[in-house]
Amino acid sequence: MIRRKPTEPTGVALFHSTSLAIRGERIARKGGLKVKLVPTPRHLSSDCGTALRFRMEDIDALRALFRASSLECDDMIPL
Amino acid sequence: MIYLDNAATSWPKPEAVLEAMTAFMRDIGANPGRSGHRLSVEAGRTVLDAREAVAELLSIRDPMRVVFGLNATDALNLAIRGTLRPGDHVVTGSMEHNSVMRPLRDLEAEGVELTVVQASPEGFMDPVDVSEAMRPGTRLVAMIHASNVVGSLLSIRDIGAIARDAGALFLVDAAQTAGCCPIDVGRDNVDLLAFTGHKGLLGPQGTGGLAFGPDVDVSRVRPLRSGGTGSRSEHEVQPDFLPDRYESGTMNGVGLAGLAAGVRYVLERGVDDIRGHEVGLVRRFIDGVRGIEGIDLYGGGDARRQTATLSINLRGEAPSDVGLALDEDHDILCRVGLHCAPAAHRTIGTFPDGTVRLSFGAFNSRGAVDAALDALRGMVGR
Ligand SMILES: Cc1ncc(COP(=O)(O)O)c(C=O)c1O
Repeated sequence: MIRRKPTEPTGVALFHSTSLAIRGERIARKGGLKVKLVPTPRHLSSDCGTALRFRMEDIDALRALFRASSLECDDMIPL
Repeated sequence: MIYLDNAATSWPKPEAVLEAMTAFMRDIGANPGRSGHRLSVEAGRTVLDAREAVAELLSIRDPMRVVFGLNATDALNLAIRGTLRPGDHVVTGSMEHNSVMRPLRDLEAEGVELTVVQASPEGFMDPVDVSEAMRPGTRLVAMIHASNVVGSLLSIRDIGAIARDAGALFLVDAAQTAGCCPIDVGRDNVDLLAFTGHKGLLGPQGTGGLAFGPDVDVSRVRPLRSGGTGSRSEHEVQPDFLPDRYESGTMNGVGLAGLAAGVRYVLERGVDDIRGHEVGLVRRFIDGVRGIEGIDLYGGGDARRQTATLSINLRGEAPSDVGLALDEDHDILCRVGLHCAPAAHRTIGTFPDGTVRLSFGAFNSRGAVDAALDALRGMVGR
C-alpha cells in the first residue's frame, strides 16, 4: 500500500460511464457537498474508470440529490 | 463585407466561442472520458457543459439524452439508418434537405417503403396530408422543421402528434431552427431531433448531434458505429446506455468547448430575443423587396411563419450571375443554386436553376438588410 495522508471517512459512488460520474459531481457540488472525481479503486469492480469520492457523512444527502435528478448511480461503497 | 449566408453556417461567432476553444486547446486538451486524471476529467466537464447547454435549449431534462456527432447529417443518418429495416414504411416531406432525402433514397433501394408528402408551393406542410400518408407499418416520420431554401416553418407539434398516434417515431431536422426558434422536444412531440452546431447554435463546424425525447426507448435506434467509449472497457460489446451507445471514438473536445459557449450565448441572449430580431429583419426585407419590380420572392411572405432565410430570383437572370454580382460588385455574400435540396426547389417551382438565397442571422443589422435591398435595386436598374 502507498502511504497517504490520513483523511476523514470517505466512500465512492460508481457509475456506468464517465459522463455520468461527471454529472454526479456537478449535481453534488450544486447541492453543496464536497466531492471529488477519482480513478475507480482497483478492488471495486466498476464499468467506468472514474468514480466520485464523497464524505461518508454525506451519503444520504448525496443519494437524495441523485434521486432528485434521476441520475443512475450503480453503487455507493465505503472506502 | 456583408455576410448573408447564415443558413449555410453562421458567422461571425460570439467572441466567447473563440475564447472557449483557445482555452480548451491551451489549458485542457486531454481526452474527455478516457483517463481519470484531472485534465481528462476537465475535458469531460467541457463535454458535459455542451450537453447541458443543448439540453436546456431544447427543454430536455436529462442531458445524457443529447448525443454528439459530426453535424446534422451524421445525426440524421443515425436516426434514419438506425431505425429503418427493409419492409418498414417511412414518411417524409417534399421540402427536405438531401441529408434526409439521400439516406431515405438509399434505404428505398434496399426495400424500405418511402412516401414523400407534397408540401405547398410556399413550402408549408398540411398535417392532414401527413396523416393520410400513415400506414400500419409506418416506423418513422422524418420532417424538416424549417426549410433551408425559403425558411417556411412546419407545424412539428401537429405532425409529431400524428406520427406518435400511429406508433411511429418522429424525427425532426432542426438544422435551420435550433437556436433561432423556440423548441421544446417534449411539448413539440419530438422523438429524435437532429441539430447542427455551426448554424443557429453559433458553434464551430464539425459539431452537432441527435437529441432523444423523454419517451424514446434507445433499443429502437441501432448505433451505426461501435468502438471505444471509455466505459465498460472490460466488455467487447457496445454499451447500451446513453450517450455512450452512440458516441464511439474520441469526441470533438475543442469543438464542443466552442459549442457550449455558443449555446450559452443563445441562452443568455434568449431564443425569443434572437427570434424577434430575425423576424424584424425578414419583415424589413420582405417589405422592401416587394417594392422592387422584376424580383420574385418565394415562400409564404409572412415573417412570423418563417426563419430568416429568403429565396429570390431576378426575372430573366441566372441565380449564379446574381450571386457573383452581389459578391463582386456589392460585397454581399450569399448562396445561389439548389442548396442541397432539389425536392424543395421542385416544390416551389425553381428546379433546376434554383434561387438566390439570402439568410440573415443573430448578428446582422437592419443596415445589412438595407444594403442588400439597395444592391438589388441597383442590379435591376432602378
Ligand atoms: C435543413 C438542413 N438539414 C441538414 C443540413 C445539414 O447540416 P450539416 O451540413 O451541418 O450536416 C442542413 C445544412 O447544411 C440543412 O439546412
